[in-house]
Amino acid sequence: MTAEIVLQIFRFGFLLLLWLFIFAAFRVVRADLFGGRAGRVASVPPRAAAAKKTRGGPKTLVVTAGPLTGTKITLGDQPILIGRADDSTLVLTDDFASSRHARLTNRGGQWYVEDLGSTNGTYLDQQRVQGPLLVAPGQPIRIGQTALELRS
Amino acid sequence: MTSGPVTDPRAAAPGTPPPPKRRNTELALLGFAVLITLVAQAIVDLTVTGSLTTELATFGVWFTALWAVAHLVVRRWAPYADPLLLPAVALLVGLGLSFIHRLDLAAQQAGSTVSREDAPVQLVWATLGLVLFIGVLLVLRDHRLLARFAYTLALIGLVLLAIPAVLPASLSEVNGAKIWIRVAGFSIQPGEFAKICLTVFFAAYLVDKRDVLALASRRVMGLELPRGRDLGPVLVAWMLSILVLVFERDLGSSLLLFGIFVVMLYVATERASWLVIGLGLFAGGALIAYQLFGHVQQRVDSWLDPFEYYDGSGFQVAQALFGLGTGGLFGAGLGGGRPDQVPVAKSDFIAAAVGEELGLFGLVAVIIVYLVLVERGLRTSLICRDAFGKLLAAGLSFAIAWQVFVVLGGVTGLLPLTGLTTPFLAYGGSSLVANFVLVAVLVRISDAARRPAAPVGQPKPALGDAPTEVVQT
Repeated sequence: MTAEIVLQIFRFGFLLLLWLFIFAAFRVVRADLFGGRAGRVASVPPRAAAAKKTRGGPKTLVVTAGPLTGTKITLGDQPILIGRADDSTLVLTDDFASSRHARLTNRGGQWYVEDLGSTNGTYLDQQRVQGPLLVAPGQPIRIGQTALELRS
Repeated sequence: MTSGPVTDPRAAAPGTPPPPKRRNTELALLGFAVLITLVAQAIVDLTVTGSLTTELATFGVWFTALWAVAHLVVRRWAPYADPLLLPAVALLVGLGLSFIHRLDLAAQQAGSTVSREDAPVQLVWATLGLVLFIGVLLVLRDHRLLARFAYTLALIGLVLLAIPAVLPASLSEVNGAKIWIRVAGFSIQPGEFAKICLTVFFAAYLVDKRDVLALASRRVMGLELPRGRDLGPVLVAWMLSILVLVFERDLGSSLLLFGIFVVMLYVATERASWLVIGLGLFAGGALIAYQLFGHVQQRVDSWLDPFEYYDGSGFQVAQALFGLGTGGLFGAGLGGGRPDQVPVAKSDFIAAAVGEELGLFGLVAVIIVYLVLVERGLRTSLICRDAFGKLLAAGLSFAIAWQVFVVLGGVTGLLPLTGLTTPFLAYGGSSLVANFVLVAVLVRISDAARRPAAPVGQPKPALGDAPTEVVQT
């Protein structure tokens, strides 16, 4: 009788253990997707979060179309170089992009896009970029088949 | 260079914390995986023999040491690697070892004349696999180096594939499939290594050619069809897999190679038409193979109705289905079933043993662990910043997913039997070692993908100099 009970404990206990592993793994996946440990985001006081949002300009550069869709780059003070060259910040594999295609620069919290003499041009909204242009968050920058935008 | 030195803002931005390495998460999960393995072994010993043996302690120390070393190596040489890859592999290897051990015990109890224990052998293979894992991590510091050797690797892959075909049957044939090299008591399946070499080649090749393959097309019935002359590569891959099928009588490798190539083509070009073309070619090839080869007909017949051929070719599948049925939802418990009733339960049919003793819940759990592994691979592919790494990660992850699908499909009666092995779980040295190498490459790519970019300035390898401009036709 006791042997039978022990057997059942083994049987279900082991399954439980397996699923606990999966649960733990999924927590890691979740933390990876939403950043930080689960629950930490909610614990930020709403006022502080709002203040942070109004103070800073755009925070990330997101690729919205093309082969690199989904790629995010966190913006800092440094300029961002976009092109096919290996040492660009965002390395494009687009044959319509030049090796040094465009540059995004930060001037006092605002971001400007400039074309570095590319063959096929850089477009902000529908407009071809000639000199440096101010980029508003959400405004699409198009380079070849790739589209980028700033997000705050 | 038109601009000053550009540093990646993710590394340079002041005030932002450095991206997490998550090595401690990995360590914790590895510990959990090792714990589950040891519990499984203890339950098996207690249920089957009624007592714990000292072998369990030896096994425990060895197994723990393996993963501790692996973790330390990753911590030192691939600090930003994905934290889930290694624990998922550890759990799968551990469960595999437990089930092989369990089947060893079953064989001993049945008074089998062959009393060789396979679990210790598999543990040695796992150790060798980890040595190679570490070797790959140490030697391959940047996954893009692989792209340089793409054509060399393709050649190696092809040679590995071809060796069993040209060897005499006595040296290369086991149970009807000519996919082995049997030398001096060792038998290895070179196809498992060929899989990795060819995936690397496909990735490098497609990065070069994908624009031609993606852009030149015309629209027919809502599908972007490629030009006739661009069909060349996919036809070559198809021919290759057909040749494998003909000369090695191996459905599995053939299906695996062709599947990997078609999906990588799809990933590289974002054209669904390649999938349609691939499926069409595959269907045609399968039909012809069915007409021409007796062994394919036999496989299909015993797939359609295993119970009609119960006394012959359908026996294995039928027994596996009985086993899965016995297992039900929660399984018979570790050591409580009779998984040894299925022929070659240790290698090809280990999933049937899992299903019988852990039930549907256990088998699904194992599949989810594979899913986690594949998801992390595809995630690596998404966040990787170079096209070669993206394609390679996607291809390698798909190879695992596809292999698991085909094997489990075979065991559960969804697909005809193919003779592939369940990665990491099944008994078999070549498969285990090759998959360790595969995961090492994935770990290396994920390390590069998650690592904040180093400040630019130091010379970079002149890799794949800028390709020529493509003119749209």
